[in-house]
Amino acid sequence: MELIEKLEILGDSAKYDAACTSSGVDRRGRNDGGIGNSYACGICHSFAADGRCISLLKVLMTNSCIYNCKYCINRTDNDIPRARFTPEELADITINFYRRNYIEGLFLSSAVIRNPDYTCEQMIECLALLRNKYRFNGYIHAKAIPGADSELISRLGMYADRISVNIELPSQQSLERLAPDKSRSSIFLPMGHITAKIQQNSTEIVKYRHADKFAPAGQSTQMIIGATEDTDYQIIRLSEALYNKYSLKRVFFSAYVPVGDSRVLPDENTPPPLLREHRLYQADWLLRFYGYRADELLDEKHQSFDPLLDPKCNWAVNHPELFPVEINKAPYETLLRVPGIGVKSANRICTARREAKLRFEDLKKLGVVVKRAQYFITCMGRQQQGLIITEAAVMRQLMSASTVRKLDGMQSMEQLSFFDEKSAAPTLEDYRKCLTGQM
Amino acid sequence: MSDRSDVIFVYDGSFDGIMCCIFYCYYEKTMPSDIRPSDEEQLMLGAYIDIITDCEKAERVRSAIKTKLGEDFLKIVQRLSLSFEEDRELLILKFVILGFKYGRRVLSRLADNTVNRVMKVESYVAKEAHLSLEFLRFSDYGGVLVAVIEPKNTVLPLIADHFADRLRPERFMIFDKNHKMAVIHEPGRTEIIYIDSLDLPRASEEERKFRALWRSFYNIIGIKERYNPRCRMNHCPKRYWGNMTEFNDDEDNYSDKPSLSEGVLLSDDVISSADMLSESSISSESSTEV
Repeated sequence: MELIEKLEILGDSAKYDAACTSSGVDRRGRNDGGIGNSYACGICHSFAADGRCISLLKVLMTNSCIYNCKYCINRTDNDIPRARFTPEELADITINFYRRNYIEGLFLSSAVIRNPDYTCEQMIECLALLRNKYRFNGYIHAKAIPGADSELISRLGMYADRISVNIELPSQQSLERLAPDKSRSSIFLPMGHITAKIQQNSTEIVKYRHADKFAPAGQSTQMIIGATEDTDYQIIRLSEALYNKYSLKRVFFSAYVPVGDSRVLPDENTPPPLLREHRLYQADWLLRFYGYRADELLDEKHQSFDPLLDPKCNWAVNHPELFPVEINKAPYETLLRVPGIGVKSANRICTARREAKLRFEDLKKLGVVVKRAQYFITCMGRQQQGLIITEAAVMRQLMSASTVRKLDGMQSMEQLSFFDEKSAAPTLEDYRKCLTGQM
Repeated sequence: MSDRSDVIFVYDGSFDGIMCCIFYCYYEKTMPSDIRPSDEEQLMLGAYIDIITDCEKAERVRSAIKTKLGEDFLKIVQRLSLSFEEDRELLILKFVILGFKYGRRVLSRLADNTVNRVMKVESYVAKEAHLSLEFLRFSDYGGVLVAVIEPKNTVLPLIADHFADRLRPERFMIFDKNHKMAVIHEPGRTEIIYIDSLDLPRASEEERKFRALWRSFYNIIGIKERYNPRCRMNHCPKRYWGNMTEFNDDEDNYSDKPSLSEGVLLSDDVISSADMLSESSISSESSTEV
């Protein structure tokens, strides 16, 4: 088989994995004849036609699989072409792509061929070639194979910058139904092992400065969204637990694209739930950088995110008792909770207000989205002049431009006069019905 | 300081030249209405003053900035000087004057119009430098790696170290077609030179092989059910595509004739659903402010 054909098959099989980041580790180049360095902020190298970043060469070692996970394109009973890289072929492509600045490094995963240990050994062989023979000093993300011996996972982690175990599906029940060959423990066991190894390693480094680092950029995971009945609330509670208990660096979400067995999964005409995935990423950001807890965003009674409002606006709208806050006095943590103020603009506000009192006209310069923030803030004790606070007006400003466009489109189609001042102002409920098609 | 708003400083275009404009402004107590490099055609009315570049004066200004306003301030000034903005020199002058008035804390006055614009211009320069790290593509010509870029700002001084560190054992050249300069590197030595043009030989079979591999990987990795051209364009603006391997068929001087291959099929219904969801930009690397 031609190399180009292999690359197409094994790239095609790997593309549903969401993670492609090259972040988390800073490393200068070395004078040992090899190439490569790494930047903690990560560098994207291209953007695919779906708008996702391409940072790493994301491929499988092989897509021949002994497992038959129903959601997976590589399951045994799926009729697709199969291929397999030799470790040499893959190392050679990686180096040549890297020299040309196509990629930041390699993201290596694999279907399970023969057994988990053998699969893991094949991956180790390729990474060993890259690191030892080519002295490749760029980024490597390796996927741990569930069920592989912990000794092999340890070796994989010594070559990789980041290591991940896919949690695949958000609950035990979903996993039992769709991935009968994988158990929850086969996923959490290596995850726990990796966490322990990273922690043990960080104490060792204190003792021996030249100890090799185990997965210096940490551990991540991903789960598929929309293949099962699991709710947003379950999913963000799980992410929160993964961040806290296993010290994961990232949890990725992947909207289910119907490639699986349609007898037990959404059929081929189901569009991937992109808006839901987007809401989950927004919530994920709130957990990691904004100091929110999962149960502030959703709870037993509210299991799903609002399709109209992002989770932060939704939280703010439901906590009117906490607003407005004074821009010139509120602590950083409080500023972060104002819709329209992000991490950067909150920092800028804290810096700038030490030098001069801030007025509304200053906020735009600091990167605040004033049309959203205006309902939740005061500047020097005053609200924005001429601010009209009706539910309809507020909602319109808080929704994203694309949601507003969609609603306006429906309005003109169905001759509904949402913003006719004579009729009663539409409520949140009306908008929701409109978007979900009940109106 | 007399504010003779009709005076225009003309300097040699160098960083030292800008420093000398600042020197002149302070010592002659003259605030110019504009500062222009001498290689430009001068059409505006007004009195022109030629500022002669004097290394000693430049050094005095530079060290005054460094000691009174700090290393960070000087770094910002240097990055401003790389900007393509027409008023960059005047902006630097205003910023330095403000700096000497308020001291180091001037950097915190983010709501001040001059400081605010300084930060915006600086971050635009830094952003384009970062995009160049992302989208620059080398081709191998007999063991020498060559890349062509066409940035608006003068980014080469900001990206040279990155590649010199990353590709230590290699020999490479990055040619900035817009500013007619290039960084050249061989093991142990990196420098920036000025060149007018660059004629590249035809790519070898080996080079074509890797270009083809990369192109097919690029085309396969996009998920067609998620097709989202607007999101792609936000992250990777079209003006970079002309020099990127994945957007060009294999003909050598591809920076001249971008063919802009679309990669994944365009069907109307996919576009409309992608349009609706264009807010769901899912680059895992970029931060989402919510």
